[in-house]
Amino acid sequence: MAEDQDKILEEVTGGEYKYGFYTDIEMEEFPTGLNENIVRLISAKKKEPEFMLEFRLKAFRHWLTMKKPDWAQLNIPEIDFQDIIYYAVPKKKPELESMDEVDPDLKATFDKLGIPLDEQKVLAGVAVDAVIDSVSVKTTFKETLAEKGIIFCSISEAVQEYPDLIKKYLGSVVPHQDNYFGALNAAVFSDGSFVYIPKGVRCPMELSTYFRINAINTGQFERTLIVADEDSYVSYLEGCTAPQRDENQLHAAIVEIVTLDRAEVKYSTVQNWYPGDKNGVGGIYNFVTKRALCKGDYSKVMWTQVETGSAITWKYPSCVLQGDHSVGEFYSVAVTNNHQQADTGTKMIHLGKNTRSLIVSKGVSAGKSQNSYRGLVKVSKKAENARNFSQCDSLLMGDKCGAHTFPYLEIANNSAKVEHEATTSKIGEDQIFYCNQRGMSTEDAVGLIVNGYVKEVINQLPMEFAVEAQKLLQISLEGSVG
Amino acid sequence: MLVIKDLHAKIDDKEILRGINLEVKPGEVHAIMGPNGSGKSTLSSVLAGNEKFEVVEGEVSFNDKDLLDLAPEDRAREGLFLSFQYPVEIPGVSMVNFMRTAVNEHRKYAEKDPYTASEFLKLMREKKKLVEIDSNLTNRSVNEGFSGGEKKKNEIFQMAMLEPKLAILDETDSGLDIDALRVVANGVNKLKSPETSTIVITHYQRLLDHIVPDFVHVLYKGRIVKSAGKELAHELEEKGYDWIKKEFED
Repeated sequence: MAEDQDKILEEVTGGEYKYGFYTDIEMEEFPTGLNENIVRLISAKKKEPEFMLEFRLKAFRHWLTMKKPDWAQLNIPEIDFQDIIYYAVPKKKPELESMDEVDPDLKATFDKLGIPLDEQKVLAGVAVDAVIDSVSVKTTFKETLAEKGIIFCSISEAVQEYPDLIKKYLGSVVPHQDNYFGALNAAVFSDGSFVYIPKGVRCPMELSTYFRINAINTGQFERTLIVADEDSYVSYLEGCTAPQRDENQLHAAIVEIVTLDRAEVKYSTVQNWYPGDKNGVGGIYNFVTKRALCKGDYSKVMWTQVETGSAITWKYPSCVLQGDHSVGEFYSVAVTNNHQQADTGTKMIHLGKNTRSLIVSKGVSAGKSQNSYRGLVKVSKKAENARNFSQCDSLLMGDKCGAHTFPYLEIANNSAKVEHEATTSKIGEDQIFYCNQRGMSTEDAVGLIVNGYVKEVINQLPMEFAVEAQKLLQISLEGSVG
Repeated sequence: MLVIKDLHAKIDDKEILRGINLEVKPGEVHAIMGPNGSGKSTLSSVLAGNEKFEVVEGEVSFNDKDLLDLAPEDRAREGLFLSFQYPVEIPGVSMVNFMRTAVNEHRKYAEKDPYTASEFLKLMREKKKLVEIDSNLTNRSVNEGFSGGEKKKNEIFQMAMLEPKLAILDETDSGLDIDALRVVANGVNKLKSPETSTIVITHYQRLLDHIVPDFVHVLYKGRIVKSAGKELAHELEEKGYDWIKKEFED
């Protein structure tokens, strides 16, 4: 009986990766390896102003003095940073005026991914910035947004066009000294998205970036900066996929968000990097620093993430609640299968008065995977009346996987009210049988049960992405990809 | 409809069913009674295809198909419904979503188009009325936080939605108060037709006052040791099972 159960679970959870294709696009690549010259070369290639080169070099020199972190519940193989290509650009990239100028192979890649680059066919109200390997290839709806004063462009472009905003905000939330992968990113980041929402503007559509690693042996180091000025609002989406390869690839991104008084940013991620095969060979190392600074009073940031991919995920989207009455929310679903490892969670740093934070984390572990929630709630001395509620649930499938919860609380103010709830449950054979008896296949049953379990989080995603995320969850846990 | 021949089944090397023979024809209601541990619930689990139990010997045909050869979901799609003794909770999955998936899987199997949302909701309203189920039960997650009685009513509601050919009610009366019992029994009776059959598994006569059986079987130590008309249930109610135990002690 136990064997049967294992068999069922194996079938159900042994799903294959659907986005593992590779597109043969002519690339311009830098030599493998990292040294000060490479950093200079990247900056020169992008014709960056002096301040950016300084920014990169400072970070690089600092990175050389740092050690790779080892505190996470992860087994990270030695990474040879000299064996990575730090800059890869589709050759035909140049300045694109219309969709017709995009390399047809590249366009086919995005079509396969179901990403709407074609403005006519675009999902109603989603503006897209597509980043392939290291460079932003196309941003849609730019003109429509510009009418409202909204800036949505690649970060390279922003460095050229809006140096004052970049100087003021880049690195203001995640300084290069912050952490090892953050410093590396600051030194070598090649592109990413920049968003600026002016005072009092509600962004009329979802902004979205799709990241795709395509080239071999390439690290992807993108950098996203979102600035929401007073009384503004924006909802931002990020999606990621990569081809299927036997070697591991490094993805070390930074996302910085700044909200001024009464501004609100919703940041949603559907992360589906290649997770490696059933035996744990290959896959993306996803070491990402995401942090929001709720600088203004009554400002609000909401992180929602659905993490199904990557061989290793190391990621803690955080909120620094500096403004009085500011609010941080974190909703997360992390699914690990086969040999995947995830150490993810959030940090809520309460600095201002009457700040509130909410954490809802749902882990799903299957196969031989390890899934950890790590969360810090910190209430500083001056943060009067801070409130936090955390809920961390783990769902286990089979008996070879692990779920871990590491909540950290640092409370320096007596008026704080902090609550933490955690549960661990298993998908019951009896639940599956109950669904079977009502005419559902085991795969459909698992999909239904898991989607029920994560509903609270999925509900936070914008409609069309919620549907996508639900399908993705089912696919990552299924044997037969439908 | 259903023909069981010499069915043996075990769990963890313990033989629970030791040669069951039973034939159920369309339109018939059979009651299976018996003391605790006689194998009643095992029989319903084996028929529904629960893999915890291993069939060692015997044959079961259901509408001329080899039932034991079918996956549990195909048995359901062929029209076999089990009302569970302990219905399972599925947090976060709404009854509407659950039932819609189930009903449309049945339709797909029968090569019919799936119901649209409005068709489905209409069907749901009709069936809710038929089995007198509270509206708000169907707005909640599957069985989550339901009382014992609500869970059982919900089973009958699902039965109404799926319109099975053969319904097996596994101790549907346990944990029900008189009013709930009446609601459940009325539901079952309304769903009865000359083409459909019912197997009622119960300890007590009281459910059989409402759902009147054509045949009553006594299961003891994995075998059907006595079969008769509905009067047998009264006799059991009066005398208990001891006289049967004595008669068939091995």
